[in-house]
Amino acid sequence: MTELTCICCPMGCRLTVDEDNDYAVTGNTCKRGAVYGRNELMNPTRVLTTTVAIDGASHGRMPVRTADAIPKGKLFEAIEELKKVHLTSPVHCGDVVLENLLGTGVDVIASRDL
Amino acid sequence: MYDVAIIGCGVIGSSIAYRLSKFNLKTVVLEKENDVAMGCTRANSAIIHAGYDPAEGTLMAKLNVRSVDLTKELCEKLDVPYAQIGSLVLAFSDEESEHVRRLYDRGVTNGVPGLRILSYDEAKAMEPNIADNVTCALYAPTAAVINPWEYALALAETAVTNGVELRLEAEVKSIAKTDAGFAITAGEDTIEAKYVINCAGAEADVIHDMVLPHAFEILPSKGAYYLLDKSEGTRTKHVVFQCPTKVGKGVLVSPTVHGNLIVGPNAADCAVGDTSAGADDLAFVRKMAVKSVPSIDFRQNIRNFAGVRPNSTNDDFIIHMQDGFCDVAGIKSPGLASAAGIAEYVEQMLTDNGVVLTEKASYTDTRTQPRFKEMSHEARAEIVKKDPKFGRVICRCETITEGEIIDSIRRPIVPRTVDAIKRRCCAGMGRCQGGFCGPRVVEILARELGVSRQDIDKDKTGSYIVRERED
Amino acid sequence: MYDLAVIGGGPAGLAAAYSAYEKGLRNIIILERDKELGGILNQCIHNGFGLHRFKEELSGPEYAHRYIEMVQDTSVEVKLDTMVIEITPDKKIFLDSPSGYECIEAKSIVLSMGCRERTRGAISIPGTRPSGVFTAGAAQRYLNMEGLMAGKRVVILGSGDIGLIMARRMTLEGAKVLACVEVMPYSGGLTRNIVQCLNDFDIPLYLSHTVTEIRGDKRLEGLTVMEVDENRRPIPGTEMEFDCDTLLLSVGLIPENELTRGAGIEMDPRTNGAYVFENMETSIEGVFACGNVVHVHDLVDFVSAESARAGEAAADYVLNGPVKGDYIRLVNGDAVGYTVPQKIHRDTVADKIDVFFRVRSVFGKSQIVISSGDTEIQVFKRPYMAPGEMEHIVISADKLKGFDTVTVSAKEA
Repeated sequence: MTELTCICCPMGCRLTVDEDNDYAVTGNTCKRGAVYGRNELMNPTRVLTTTVAIDGASHGRMPVRTADAIPKGKLFEAIEELKKVHLTSPVHCGDVVLENLLGTGVDVIASRDL
Repeated sequence: MYDVAIIGCGVIGSSIAYRLSKFNLKTVVLEKENDVAMGCTRANSAIIHAGYDPAEGTLMAKLNVRSVDLTKELCEKLDVPYAQIGSLVLAFSDEESEHVRRLYDRGVTNGVPGLRILSYDEAKAMEPNIADNVTCALYAPTAAVINPWEYALALAETAVTNGVELRLEAEVKSIAKTDAGFAITAGEDTIEAKYVINCAGAEADVIHDMVLPHAFEILPSKGAYYLLDKSEGTRTKHVVFQCPTKVGKGVLVSPTVHGNLIVGPNAADCAVGDTSAGADDLAFVRKMAVKSVPSIDFRQNIRNFAGVRPNSTNDDFIIHMQDGFCDVAGIKSPGLASAAGIAEYVEQMLTDNGVVLTEKASYTDTRTQPRFKEMSHEARAEIVKKDPKFGRVICRCETITEGEIIDSIRRPIVPRTVDAIKRRCCAGMGRCQGGFCGPRVVEILARELGVSRQDIDKDKTGSYIVRERED
Repeated sequence: MYDLAVIGGGPAGLAAAYSAYEKGLRNIIILERDKELGGILNQCIHNGFGLHRFKEELSGPEYAHRYIEMVQDTSVEVKLDTMVIEITPDKKIFLDSPSGYECIEAKSIVLSMGCRERTRGAISIPGTRPSGVFTAGAAQRYLNMEGLMAGKRVVILGSGDIGLIMARRMTLEGAKVLACVEVMPYSGGLTRNIVQCLNDFDIPLYLSHTVTEIRGDKRLEGLTVMEVDENRRPIPGTEMEFDCDTLLLSVGLIPENELTRGAGIEMDPRTNGAYVFENMETSIEGVFACGNVVHVHDLVDFVSAESARAGEAAADYVLNGPVKGDYIRLVNGDAVGYTVPQKIHRDTVADKIDVFFRVRSVFGKSQIVISSGDTEIQVFKRPYMAPGEMEHIVISADKLKGFDTVTVSAKEA
């Protein structure tokens, strides 16, 4: 049995995951919690948020995020990959700024208009 | 070849430079830091004392009392915030009441006008938040509060406007006597001057010893303070002192000229340059302050700091000229309050020592500074119309506009750091302590000076704030 | 004359303006001091926003973007780069902007200025005054908006959410975060941020510890951290030295109410915000307040919900006139730090009253009790409560109507 805190939303539910019982999750208040509890032990993932360089905009940095969670172990590698991205204004909220990040199948998208 | 080299650009060096700038002299000021007012001047109680404290017959007594009116006049001419709010010395026992009476007598001898001894009831009526066990108080109506940086800067700026040369980051490393005067190695350069005036504050003994036989020592003593938000700024209306006791000089509680409340200092021996405010220092200040004013709300604290007093092995100021070298040393309290008189005294001393002072045909003796917050609605509308940069508030807490920051940057002594901007126009002095405006001031400074943001220091050279990314 | 002037174009102001418009007001202006709308959300690039409001997980700028688009589709006027200097009790607003210094008038006002961070001074950290000591939000702005790093070796004092978020952010950007130090025996931030920002990166969290000395003449050179006793006094002999160039402070937020005080509005010393009614009206009729300027929230979703109520109430005030009559006082009882609202109009039109508060200490299985004297009015059960997480309950208005003073308290179940 492993106790952990759900991070799917700010509620922070306290989950118990039973590895010996097919990773059954208790303590969750929504379905996302059950999925998270399972994944957190089997294949932990995180949404990555960071910034990339942008030219010709009112700010020099564009906030971006992965459209979905990526493997936790790839966070630092992803940051390095995103340092190579250089955008030019205009870019719109939701635009894909990098496709298929590190072969994860997850795109990186812009978080605002700039 | 300069006529006069002034070493140190605190309030004393600035005051002397200002005075000498009216004469046909080639004057240079050598300052080791990257701005003026970086030593003893930057952190003290900021009070123009009335003059009842120094012993009768001392230079301190004479020059303090002389300076009260001079300072007021200077502040008016040079647009330096000044508020004559008067001071109270509280007594809490018969013994202290006796001390208050002695201060009164001394003040009368020193020539301090308007002194009165107040009963508890009178004192409480004037200052309702003082403790109930006050026995009596000395009231000195001529005491005032100012901002020491703004005062020193206004003086130094005016001196520079009148042709005095200010060299920053020019630490004096050696002084050699020459036939014509002195050769001074300062920073990377060696300059020559006929006369040297030593205003080096906490390091005046080191400078003295470069030229003359050892005669005195500076014994730095630091004092820590609390600076409270303006919400506490009316906790007292006057400077509220305590009587000196066996355990210490007592701490004061006072509104500042900008409307905050200042509380402090303690006194602790320290090394030159040590301006750390220790936990014990702060605890002592708090404990002593509530003795005078029990209701101070320390949760409203916005800043702690410590300043250094350049106490010396002499009881009095050391102002003395020999072989063309003039010491202005050991200028401890009431040094700020005596600065104007000290400059006048030094001017006379130079004349007495054969320096010919002839007044320039014309010189600047006034100065103004825009202060958006203090303007009427109409004046604000007008200045924004003329310069839209006054329409952008950068420091929210103190309502300081981009126009005022740019005005500061374009003044005769160019500020290069975030704290130098604060000293000139008060941006970052408020309750958020630059949390919001800091990044914007860095941006404006970098833009106006044509440098990168990572080259902007907070305070002393080397106090960098941020680093640029590599990507 | 505007129907409504909204002071501040962050999440609170945007939601208030939008709701007022939806309720039928047309002559609305938002006054924003920055050059863009969105407020602090623009620098909060992390995700976790919007789950309640939009049922999906957004980053701060995305959440702001949604509301900015909603407001842009209305006729709400937006005046950027504009600082409100003064508000008078008769609803005159003096404002400064590069286009001019002027005075505008409004029938109603929503105060949504947000909050600011507590600083080193507020907690009197002893030591020298080098550069390298930042509030977490200032370092966040430098990094996320300006692309500048605050430092390389970092200690974080305070476990507030911004500090935790910055621990992860600086780590990802290559800094070494040595520790997060919290003076209380529990964290001030959301649990999920402890998990996601500290545990993920093996950053130690020292509870019941504080920074007792700052060293360095120019740039920060090092810190001493000590354990504290139950009175938060450092325990001699527990010193730990950290060799670092940066200290980030995440030691609390203070509602920014200088304009509110200037207008003479009654303030609650517990929240540092205005006393408000259930419709977010302040002590001045027609002046409403919402979001972090009233009390500091954990979640922007709740800021939006509260601000929507303020906007609707402002519209109601302009279109239908003020809510009159006396009110029920809501006070905080055992283990509760404050309540918002503090007053409820007895003749309120709302049938349900949203009440927000924070508990003073950590609770396991517990109860929130609404009572008046010996009368228990309503009880809410909670599996867990902590000061770092704001509590929200909904009370039926008709259950309160007979009482003058109602107390909200918390206890272990």
